Amino acid sequence: MNVESMYQEIILDHYKNPRGKGRLDSAAAESHQVNPTCGDEVTVQVATDDSGRLRVGYEGQGCSISQASASVMAEMVEGLDPKAAEEIRAAFLELMHSRGDAEPDEDILGDGVAFAGVAKYPARIKCALLPWMALQDAEVKAGITVTVEGETRS
Amino acid sequence: MTQTSVAPTEASAPDGLRPVDVARIRRDFPILARTVRNDRPLVYLDSAATSQKPEQVLEAESAYYRRCNAAVHRGAHQLAEEATDAYEEARRVIAGFVGASADDLVFTKNATESLNLVAYAFSNGTAKGVHAPDAVDPRFVLNPGDSIVVTQMEHHANLVPWQEVCAKTGATLRWIGLTDDGRLDLDGLDTVIDSTTRVVSIVHQSNLLGTINPVSEIMRRAQAVGAIGVVDGCQSIPHMPVDVTALGADLVAWSGHKMLGPTGIGMLWGRHEVLDAMPPFITGGSMIETVFMDHSTYAPAPKRFEAGTPMVAQAVGTAEAVRYLDALGMQNVAAHEHLLTGYALERLEDMRGVRIIGPRDNVARGSAISFVVEGIHPHDVGQFLDDRGVAVRVGHHCAWPTCRRFDVPATTRLSTYIYNDTTDIDVAVEGVRAAQEFFGV
Ligand SMILES: Cc1ncc(COP(=O)(O)O)c(C=O)c1O
Repeated sequence: MNVESMYQEIILDHYKNPRGKGRLDSAAAESHQVNPTCGDEVTVQVATDDSGRLRVGYEGQGCSISQASASVMAEMVEGLDPKAAEEIRAAFLELMHSRGDAEPDEDILGDGVAFAGVAKYPARIKCALLPWMALQDAEVKAGITVTVEGETRS
Repeated sequence: MTQTSVAPTEASAPDGLRPVDVARIRRDFPILARTVRNDRPLVYLDSAATSQKPEQVLEAESAYYRRCNAAVHRGAHQLAEEATDAYEEARRVIAGFVGASADDLVFTKNATESLNLVAYAFSNGTAKGVHAPDAVDPRFVLNPGDSIVVTQMEHHANLVPWQEVCAKTGATLRWIGLTDDGRLDLDGLDTVIDSTTRVVSIVHQSNLLGTINPVSEIMRRAQAVGAIGVVDGCQSIPHMPVDVTALGADLVAWSGHKMLGPTGIGMLWGRHEVLDAMPPFITGGSMIETVFMDHSTYAPAPKRFEAGTPMVAQAVGTAEAVRYLDALGMQNVAAHEHLLTGYALERLEDMRGVRIIGPRDNVARGSAISFVVEGIHPHDVGQFLDDRGVAVRVGHHCAWPTCRRFDVPATTRLSTYIYNDTTDIDVAVEGVRAAQEFFGV
């Protein structure tokens, strides 16, 4: 494992060309998360459309990992049913806590699989999770209820 | 720019100085022989966060536990006697290192606790003053309208405690701002520190910018308005000769772990009269004179500020660290770091896309050098350096408002000590260049 393999092309691409970055016109709620050890910041906004699908906006500044993670997240969960988004979030969380030993499922995680190498660097896991924590917090604030595997989280 | 009397000066450099023998020193530090990541030799450039420890310090701590461990200042047995001697001898040695008398040196957990001890003297003094004005020295009673002065380059440890004091007492926090090259802006000094000022607490050498501040000048102003003067010596005392009694300060705080000593010990020096007037911070055993069910009286300083079983092994270890530094000579340590700093500044200045945050001239400046690389976040720079075995610190370095002052979210910081030489700087510079190449900036 060397550092170049942590910085996958996909990560660099999302970092340099962030997808879906910007604020929503009318957000139901937003969450601002900071990584107090390094100052990375991300604000995630959420709303649902008429059919209950997620709309996500974000802003942020920080390292390539935190900002690419926000871009990947926004691209993946935009327009999804909140339950499907929650499944991706749970899978991403599991990947980040795998210490780099997991075989990530590309069908669920899409570009998120590129972050597998990040899990080997404990100091960077928080960077990768920052936007996902903001998403979860914003959903809770917006009252978006998610059910996964029989558990209810509101 | 006024220099402090203790700053290494170009003029004093050649005469009577002995070069620091880095190769010999490195053999004393077992950790420097290890490899990291992909079997890379460790290049440790993070001594401003914490220094490494020589064998001598590790051995002194271990020998204390092996031979004479016991609770100090209590017990009638031989071990207690020897442990007490070791602890008090450590106090004498460490005090001597900074030109002080042992009676004026308080041991704490770290510099953060030392600074809190001082801050709490004011909030506790103010609270007590409400009910028993006669029991408190009025210097430690604050009122709305009073002001506390810090600088815009403080470590959070010398900022947040004062914010808390202000919130509890109604006093106002003021600060001395910074110039674009990372120096204190002293133009308005006499208006920032005025007749309302009761405390002036400033950092001697910035851990983020590297700036060495003209503390004597600022302490003189504090004295002139009758304020208590506090100096955060965390980054100066490990790196240059400092006589705490010559700074014009009432109180000076620093840590053991940044000067080759163990973690878990901090120091607070105070003018005896000031220490003796200060209300206690942490209370309990060992800090009392007499105890009744409804009240107690307290031991004189330094005991008054050392409640509970103290950190004896750490004091012994720090005394050994002091002997190690004394044997090298702090003038020589300062001169060595001055050369390294000059070299590092020059190499970084030569790089495209690198901006140094802090003084770029090697005058009144320590070896902590912060920089940002255009187009690459400090976290990513740090990751590339780590991959090459180079340990640097990235982030806001517990001085977030200082980062904001320079409009950067974070910096990469390299910092040197006695075991570093110019090849360490070269490896770091190469690492930054590799990161630039990789990120295509
Ligand atoms: C200037 C300065 N002040 C205060 C501190 C706090 O020291 P400690 O963490 O040992 O309490 C540090 C260390 O990080 C520092 O560099």
